[in-house]
Amino acid sequence: MNINLTLIGQTIAFAVFVWFCMKFVWPPLMAALEERRKKIADGLDAANRAQRDLELAQDKAMQQIREGKEEAAKLIEQANKRASQIIDDAKETAQAEGDRIKAGAQAEIEQDVNRAKEALRSQVATLAVAGAAQILERSVDENAHKELLDKLASEL
Amino acid sequence: MAAGTPTEYIRHHLQNLTYGQKTDGSWGFASSAQEAADMGFWAIHVDSMFWSITLGMLFLFLFRKVAKAANSDVPTGFQNFIEMIFEFIEDTVKSSFHGRSALIAPLSLTIFVWVFLMNLMDLVPVDWIPYVSSIAGIEYMKVVPTTDPNVTIGMGFTIFFLIIFYSIKIKGFGGFTKELTLHPFNHPAMIPVNFMLETINLVAKPVSLGLRLFGNMYAGEMIFILIALLFSAGWVMGALGGVLQLGWAIFHILVITLQAYIFMVLTVVYLSQACEDH
Repeated sequence: MNINLTLIGQTIAFAVFVWFCMKFVWPPLMAALEERRKKIADGLDAANRAQRDLELAQDKAMQQIREGKEEAAKLIEQANKRASQIIDDAKETAQAEGDRIKAGAQAEIEQDVNRAKEALRSQVATLAVAGAAQILERSVDENAHKELLDKLASEL
Repeated sequence: MAAGTPTEYIRHHLQNLTYGQKTDGSWGFASSAQEAADMGFWAIHVDSMFWSITLGMLFLFLFRKVAKAANSDVPTGFQNFIEMIFEFIEDTVKSSFHGRSALIAPLSLTIFVWVFLMNLMDLVPVDWIPYVSSIAGIEYMKVVPTTDPNVTIGMGFTIFFLIIFYSIKIKGFGGFTKELTLHPFNHPAMIPVNFMLETINLVAKPVSLGLRLFGNMYAGEMIFILIALLFSAGWVMGALGGVLQLGWAIFHILVITLQAYIFMVLTVVYLSQACEDH
């Protein structure tokens, strides 16, 4: 256990090793770690951003769905309203048409009745005259009793 | 492996392979502890230097390999392991050293891993490598560099130079001188006392660094050697030795890591002090 030149040898060896480590070992390792640290930080940032984007997208989708639903409900309501309106309209139209047809028919019937009455009336007059002529066995002067006959006919 | 008495065995294990000038003037490896001591300062412990430099190169080679291939993709296997050590050091340095320096962190990494590797040699059973080298004709082989005070105090010296370098760099030569002479007693008459106190303070740092590591590792190594002695004392003692060896080795894993960590942290603290302005 003598103190000797080894002391100085070791001092120099140590200094050289430290120098080498400082020059060739530490910087590349440091750079690699630093780069990885940055990469990880960037990755985490990106993940956070993506998460936020996802949330936003989800919100947006939900909103759109809600809007769509509302729109659909509105459309259905409108369609329902429109349908009932159409039905109402159709009913009204049908009613009016029916009324019109009924009125037409009635008028026609009335006209026919009147025509029949008219025909009857004229025939009744003739029949009455014929009847009377037969009863009286003499000819009735149509012209002389025209006034009477007309009165009779209008009373029928 | 030196046979003989336990004392000889222990002495043999604690003797470094020393190269230097012998008393007769020729250069060569010392063949005994006495001869090694006679070589004086201008001799070198070849085994300590060999193992410490080999392990240092191993450290740099492994880290350099990973550093070259390092990228920001998902790390796998060995790169993960290296990066774990790297980040551990970086965190430790960041929490104790507040200045900005390109040197402190790599310095800490070097200290931690290198000292750890050197300490790790302690876990290699004490006779393995010396036995192999004795077959190869090398008589002395001490494989744990940190049990050699030259190694640990030598590292302390490097730290010492760095402390002085940073003190002068940050505070200027005047500021550093002022710190040495007008602290802790701020009075001109106290300059000699201050200077003495501060110099002791300054020198104590690297020396205590080196001695702490040396002391712990030396003690650990010594216990391993004592346990190894049991192996030659019959089956029962040998079995006991095996159990003790295992127990001490497991405990020692903690010690070697802790010592490497302490050496590193104290270095950072000392340099941090050197960089602080009062």
